[in-house]
Amino acid sequence: MKSIHDINEKIREGNVSVITADEMKDIVEELGPEKAAKEVDVVTTGTFGAMCSSGVFLNFGHSDPQIKMEKVWLNDVEAYTGIAAVDAYIGVTQLSDTRGMEYGGAHVIEDLVRGREVTLKSTAYGTDCYPRTEIVTEISLEDLNQAVMLNPRNAYQRYNAATNSSEQTLKTYMGTLLPEFGNITFAGTGEISPLNNDPEFRTIGIGTRILLCGATGYVIGEGTQHSPPYGTLMVKGNLKEMNPEFMRAAVMPGYGVTLFVGIGIPIPILDDKMAKFAAVRDEEIETKIIDFGVPRRDKPVVKKVTYAELRSGKVEINGDEVRVSPLSSYYVSGKIAAELRDRILNESFFLTLPVERIPAKETFKPMKQTTIRVVKNVMSPAIPITPDTDVDEASRLIIKKGVNHLPVIDEEKVLIGIVTSWDIAKAVATGKIGKVKDIMTRKVITVLSDDPVVVAARKMEKYDISALPVTDTKKHLIGLITTEDLSKLLSGG
Amino acid sequence: MMLELKFDSRIVKEPIISKATLEANTLINIMRANVGARHGEMVIEVEKSRVDTVIEVFQSYGVEVSKFDRKIIKSDECVHCGACVSICPVEVFSIGKEEKVEADSIKCIHCGVCVNVCPVQALTLP
Ligand code: SF4
Ligand code: SF4
Repeated sequence: MKSIHDINEKIREGNVSVITADEMKDIVEELGPEKAAKEVDVVTTGTFGAMCSSGVFLNFGHSDPQIKMEKVWLNDVEAYTGIAAVDAYIGVTQLSDTRGMEYGGAHVIEDLVRGREVTLKSTAYGTDCYPRTEIVTEISLEDLNQAVMLNPRNAYQRYNAATNSSEQTLKTYMGTLLPEFGNITFAGTGEISPLNNDPEFRTIGIGTRILLCGATGYVIGEGTQHSPPYGTLMVKGNLKEMNPEFMRAAVMPGYGVTLFVGIGIPIPILDDKMAKFAAVRDEEIETKIIDFGVPRRDKPVVKKVTYAELRSGKVEINGDEVRVSPLSSYYVSGKIAAELRDRILNESFFLTLPVERIPAKETFKPMKQTTIRVVKNVMSPAIPITPDTDVDEASRLIIKKGVNHLPVIDEEKVLIGIVTSWDIAKAVATGKIGKVKDIMTRKVITVLSDDPVVVAARKMEKYDISALPVTDTKKHLIGLITTEDLSKLLSGG
Repeated sequence: MMLELKFDSRIVKEPIISKATLEANTLINIMRANVGARHGEMVIEVEKSRVDTVIEVFQSYGVEVSKFDRKIIKSDECVHCGACVSICPVEVFSIGKEEKVEADSIKCIHCGVCVNVCPVQALTLP
């Protein structure tokens, strides 16, 4: 049994034994945990992935005359300033007011770290003590009094992997998901990731010194949504000491801006138990692949897998081999673990004893919501027709019933197409007055009767259509939901 | 090797791929096709040794043929996250030495899908 103090003594004496997490696996396998614990003092871990729950506290200093900032923007990205006069917090996912999804808080932070100037703009209501009502100026990192990165939720221990059963490509925070189980994406770095090497939070706790984007940082508590084995950390570090090599602004296409955050955490091998923990292999780290094709909070689990299976690059779903993308960079994570090892060896990084433990058990509650409206409660009855209906007959139905959409079903009531008043007008205009099956749209965008109403609204907006046939999971037609049904809902009807 | 074919409305109606397959006596793999009413574009793959013959045959039918060498370029901006790996239809990207993402650009069929997937805009199509 060693203490943190013993290890720091060894660092000072220059005879500490430090290795990276990937090297530790084989050593423990070869020597066994007891011997490995004697040989190895510290194992360095690393992770580098998109961590949306991140941002930076900034203090701008006072202008002359002074301003109590009410609103503040950096390169047109708004920061939160509901704190003291010249303090603000810029979150990485905040989008630019002028450039939308291509530039956001993460880019401002990266620009600052790269030594670039950013435009600070602020407005205020003016008070006796802070008379100024607006300011525009250029600032760089060195002009700021403090720039402290403080990330509420980082370093996820493991994360659900994602796939997509639906017929559309989905652009998500888990990257681009191809239709019909076209690919799988996963995040986290498994066996070399910090929290998997200390799953009981024996050494990682409040006050643990870490490497955050290349700077010395600290764990300041459990992260939000901390729920081991899906544990998370809240961390802080000085932006002024950060290295752009270990952080990167990113755009998840169609989803938004985020920041690749690099975190390295030393695991002191205090005893054989810690050696055993640090020997964890991807084969032992389980997660679930969930289906983003179902737009609900509780998404169905497609399959349980280990990180080893995910990293193999192919996972089988329904008999097909599906290709897998990691979203965290194993390459940069490895560099972070190596950087941390070198700093310890150079006596420029010492270990700390946590001042308080982080709970190793906790559950993450969903949001308390009043009832969720689902499609079946607001839809209208559909007026179905068969593919052999005459176009003539269909046009009469449209006029008689005052509708714009006629879903087309087969004998089993399965939806096979749709005709709109527009299709019929076009058919009539071009003299194509045959059967409905010749003019109907066969690729129909639909919604399930149990889907929340917002899902229907999102689909109508995305595909620019005014109605969706409602079906059950077997594609049987149940009804029709229109923009009118939605607006009735909004007006409280 | 990949070839890019361009043809006009006259040839759109002809089964030129089948004709070329028979006449050049080789297999032709269609990698990408975009055939409209007025003109068409295709990227095909043929065995290297048969390339010259295939080109001759297509040209005899009035098809404009060029060697297809516009390939994906991955810049140093790449952070090796791997998001592109499962996206490319012809598996250009793979995770190689030191866990770096490598691009075997030779295989690229210029579909453009990966360009909009990379979170740091490291991918461009010339
Ligand atoms: S998605 Fe972009 S950053 Fe990620 S590995 Fe591919 S090229 Fe590199
Ligand atoms: S452009 Fe298409 S074929 Fe070429 S690398 Fe990208 S995804 Fe692959």
